[in-house]
Amino acid sequence: MNVRALLPLLGFLVLVGFLGFGLYNDPKKIPSPLIGKAAAAFDLPDINNPDKRITNKDFLGKVSLFNFWATWCPTCREEHPLLVDFAKRTNVPVYGVNHKDDRKEALRWLQAYGDPYLANAFDPQGTIGIDYGVIALPETFLIDKKGVIRFKKAGPITSKDIEEILLPLIKKLEQE
Amino acid sequence: MKYFSLIAFLLVCSVNANAALNLYPFDDEVKKERFANLIDELRCTVCQNQTIGASNAPLAKDLRDRVYRMIQEGRSDEQIKNFLVERFTDFVLYKPPVKSSTYLLWLGPSALFFIAIIFLLINIRKRSVTESDEIDPEQHKRVQELLKEQQKDNNHA
Repeated sequence: MNVRALLPLLGFLVLVGFLGFGLYNDPKKIPSPLIGKAAAAFDLPDINNPDKRITNKDFLGKVSLFNFWATWCPTCREEHPLLVDFAKRTNVPVYGVNHKDDRKEALRWLQAYGDPYLANAFDPQGTIGIDYGVIALPETFLIDKKGVIRFKKAGPITSKDIEEILLPLIKKLEQE
Repeated sequence: MKYFSLIAFLLVCSVNANAALNLYPFDDEVKKERFANLIDELRCTVCQNQTIGASNAPLAKDLRDRVYRMIQEGRSDEQIKNFLVERFTDFVLYKPPVKSSTYLLWLGPSALFFIAIIFLLINIRKRSVTESDEIDPEQHKRVQELLKEQQKDNNHA
C-alpha cells in the first residue's frame, strides 16, 4: 500500500475535523469578556413604583442575581419558574431588568407567573442592554458584594446551572 | 438595456444605504464619514453575517444608536471600538486584531498557499527529472568529452 495514496484520505479527514468542529461549536456562544469587571452603572425606575430608582449601587454588600427578561421572550417564560424556585430556596436577592417591554404586560406576567424579583428595573428602550453586552434574552449575571460580575449566562439558566454553578459559586462568594 | 436591471438594483441599494444614514443627522461631514465607516466595520452580534449598518435587527439599531451617540460625544473610533469589544469581544469586529488567538485566522490562508506552492514545485521538479528524455547542451558536451576520452584511451591501447 502506497503511503501517498492515503494523502487524499488524510486531507479529507482533516476537512471533516474542521467541519465537525464548526458543527458542534455554537457561533452564538460568544464568550463574555465581562466576568471580573464591575457591573455597569445604571439608574432606572422600578417597574412597580416609577418614583423609586434602581441602580447598580443596589448590588453592593451582598451577592445578587441580575436577570434580563421580557414578556415577548419565550425562553424567559421557560426560565421563569426556575427563578421563582431559586428565590424561594435561597435568600439571594434577584434583581431584574424588564428589557424593551411594555409595563402593563410585564406586571400582568409577574402577577400570573409569580414575582421572584426583589426589584425590577424598567428599561423600555433597552438602554443598558449594550452596557451589559446583552445579545439575546434572557441573560443572567451573578454579581458579588463589591458589584463585580462573576458569572454570566446568555440564554435561560437551567436547574443544572443552578445546582452545579450558581449555588456553589454563591456559597463561595458569600464568604469573600 | 442589458444592464438596466443591474443599474436599477444598484440604485435601490444606494437609496437604502442613504436612508439608513439619514436617520442619523450630523452637522459635520467628517463625523458622518466616520459613522458610515464604523457601522460598516462592526458586526451585528445577533445576525453574524451582517454589519450593524446592514442589519435590521433591533440590537443592530441599538448599536447604531450607541455608536452615533458616542461619535456626537466626541469619542474616537478607537474608543468606540474598544467600548464594544469590552462588552461583546472581538466578535463585533469584522477585522479582528492580529494576536495569538487569531494567528490561524490571519496566517492560515497564506500558510496553506505556501504549502501548496511547495508541493507544486516538488511535483514539477520530479516530473522534469522522470519525464524528460532529452539532455541539455551541457550534458551533451560532457558526453562528447567522455566519448573523446574513451576514444583516446582506445587509441593508446
